[in-house]
Amino acid sequence: MAEKKDPYEAKDTGHEWDGIRELKNDPPGWWMTGGYISIIFLIVYFVLYPSIPLVHGYTKGLLGWTQVDEYKSSLAEIMSVRAPFEEKIAKKSAKEILADPQLSQFALASAKAVFGDKCAPCHGSGGQGGPGFPTLADDEWVYGGTIEGITESITGGRQGMMPAYKATLSEQEVNDLVAFISGLNTGKAHDPGKAVFLGQTAGQADCVTCHGEDAKGNPDVGGVNLTDKIWRFEGTQEGIKRTILHGVNQEDDKETRKALMPTFGGKLSEGQIKQLAVKVFMFGGGKKG
Amino acid sequence: MEDVEAPATPTPGTLGKTVSPPPEPESTDPAVDHEEIEKLYEEAGHWDVNLGEETIHAKRIQGQFRRIKWYVASIYLLYFLGPYLRWDGRQAILFDIPARKNYLFGITIWPQDVWMLSLVLLTFFIALFTATALAGRVFCGYICWQTVWVDVYTWIEEKLEGHPAQRRALDKAPWSLRKFRIKAVKHSIWLTLSALTGITFTAYFTDAYGMWRDYFSLQGSFYIWVTPLPFLIGSYIGVGFMREQICFWLCPYARIQGVMTDPESILPAYDKGRGEPRGKISRDGSTKGDCIDCNLCVAVCPMGVDIRYGQQEGCITCGLCLDACDSVMEKVGRPTGLIRYMALVESGGKARLNILKRPRMMIYILILAGAMAGVVYGLVNLTPMKLTVIHDRQPLYIMLSDGSIQNGYTVKILNKTDNAATFKLSVSGVKDASVELLNENTTAPAGKMLTLTARVKVGADDAPKGVGSILFRVYSDGNPALDATYGSSFVGPK
Repeated sequence: MAEKKDPYEAKDTGHEWDGIRELKNDPPGWWMTGGYISIIFLIVYFVLYPSIPLVHGYTKGLLGWTQVDEYKSSLAEIMSVRAPFEEKIAKKSAKEILADPQLSQFALASAKAVFGDKCAPCHGSGGQGGPGFPTLADDEWVYGGTIEGITESITGGRQGMMPAYKATLSEQEVNDLVAFISGLNTGKAHDPGKAVFLGQTAGQADCVTCHGEDAKGNPDVGGVNLTDKIWRFEGTQEGIKRTILHGVNQEDDKETRKALMPTFGGKLSEGQIKQLAVKVFMFGGGKKG
Repeated sequence: MEDVEAPATPTPGTLGKTVSPPPEPESTDPAVDHEEIEKLYEEAGHWDVNLGEETIHAKRIQGQFRRIKWYVASIYLLYFLGPYLRWDGRQAILFDIPARKNYLFGITIWPQDVWMLSLVLLTFFIALFTATALAGRVFCGYICWQTVWVDVYTWIEEKLEGHPAQRRALDKAPWSLRKFRIKAVKHSIWLTLSALTGITFTAYFTDAYGMWRDYFSLQGSFYIWVTPLPFLIGSYIGVGFMREQICFWLCPYARIQGVMTDPESILPAYDKGRGEPRGKISRDGSTKGDCIDCNLCVAVCPMGVDIRYGQQEGCITCGLCLDACDSVMEKVGRPTGLIRYMALVESGGKARLNILKRPRMMIYILILAGAMAGVVYGLVNLTPMKLTVIHDRQPLYIMLSDGSIQNGYTVKILNKTDNAATFKLSVSGVKDASVELLNENTTAPAGKMLTLTARVKVGADDAPKGVGSILFRVYSDGNPALDATYGSSFVGPK
């Protein structure tokens, strides 16, 4: 191109190996310029930014820039985006949040992390529940599925209670009761079992107080609906029998069913709880009104 | 693509330097204007292949290819006018990057439709391949913006500084008020054109009229000031100063196209059989070849090559040497076409193949047709909405208290129209399936995405064992065009 210098005219270094001479050709000017600019950049960078490690600490640089500050400022930036939503959520009840499409959308996205931390270990990431842990996505609620009920469950936690009947009911009574209960949702009547259920036999079982005479449960006291297809614990004959014999949360019974949801009232903020309630409601099982 | 009979790239400093003094005027042929020819020799005798060490000042020549070049170049007027066209009360061509919408007259192209862009690019590429196989670097010679801009910039230069000899003299002359004045005017015009090039490009991405208002009031976003800069610098330096060096050393297409020609491609070529032995025209009724060695073909070449050495890497096939040679042949009374569009096979005396008999052409045409058909299909089937249904991954299904099976879905509806639309949802494919939306608001604002949470419930006996399929239909009562279906799956217990 423009520079037509003969490379063989360059200065000879005097080094020669088997007839191959080493010449001293300077690198192109633009290359060297690039190198000098890099050195200047390096010096400027070292002066402005933290760079040289010392025995105790490091040089801080004139700009005072740190990664932690950068993290804090980006965190503040995120918080400032969220602040208007958080403010609205603080002022509104969970029900009002649910009715506002924008806020409920924010709540769903925002509650995802908290749900994953606090709820998913037992209830599953999609609210599908697990053995011994209630499904949040279905339409059966032990303590009521309204948005208020859900908020209350998260805030105060829940502790199930059912007495153990292994001491009070006879073997026959228990078997009759199991047959009656497992027949409830298949439509098979079992009159001796019904008598046990209503407490009309010698054992005087006290089922109706919580489960109601129609066995449809009572959300106010956490009485489970026994007539539907969803079982809080196992729905097999053996499972039902175990629940009757050993009850729920009986301290002195090793075989007892455990049903304990921790309290989140003090651990999560009110806003977080409202957002969680919206998320749980939106799993699909929430009851309107 | 090297010529069979010529060294590839002529070495600098060896060409055109062997001009002998004009012979004694003796001829009596009245058809030949000898004075005119003397001038030709005088003017062009010094020409040389330039590899960047000096600015090429090409002579301008009239002729049919010159005319064609102006016609083709005028297409670029559309580039400058494009941003100011209106359509339906908005900018006709607008690439709205922040809103992720591209307007092309009546069509709105969303990011979802961008697959068509790949086909458009494929079309351009294959069209370039096809043109190259047919006629070499015809794109470089006539259509390329570098060629066109250089053409315009040097035209301005000629208007201000005069013909090539005057321009060379002015470049060499010491600085004077006159030289400064001419150069200042030239560079201002170049810079203005360069700025316009950049500003016009920017105008395709924002409101063109508003942008001009911002320029004049020195306001507007950072982007409208920065985006034109690369174009301004690129045009001013690349076109004003680097010119043919861009085509020689920077442009990848120059190299790619060079290998895509074949012996069937027509290229500007010197008819060596007719022209040689070249020599100065003498007045004694010479028996030399038709080439009178006037070097005009070199003088007019914007790339500074000598086409008589055969097709070479510098040649952008602009056809100006054809105009030059024809004009000289007319002057000396010899048949035109000494330099003409000719394929390599023709120089060997054979006829060119029909393009349909060239397999590479057939393959190019097939790909071209396929790509264009794809674009047309895409444009015809642009839908005013986009529907996506995503089955919940966790849980796959839920049993409800009455034993029925429920599946959850996220339904995403993109309303591409300019009006808000209220949507309805129905499902089919699973017996007695009922669908419920958890959202009360089912209105998607214009150009926005609506995300709905849907629950589909199927009775215990009707639910498929394992995975079944289900069809979602989303429609709007207000606009019959807003109607789409989407197939998903419905999962039941095995």
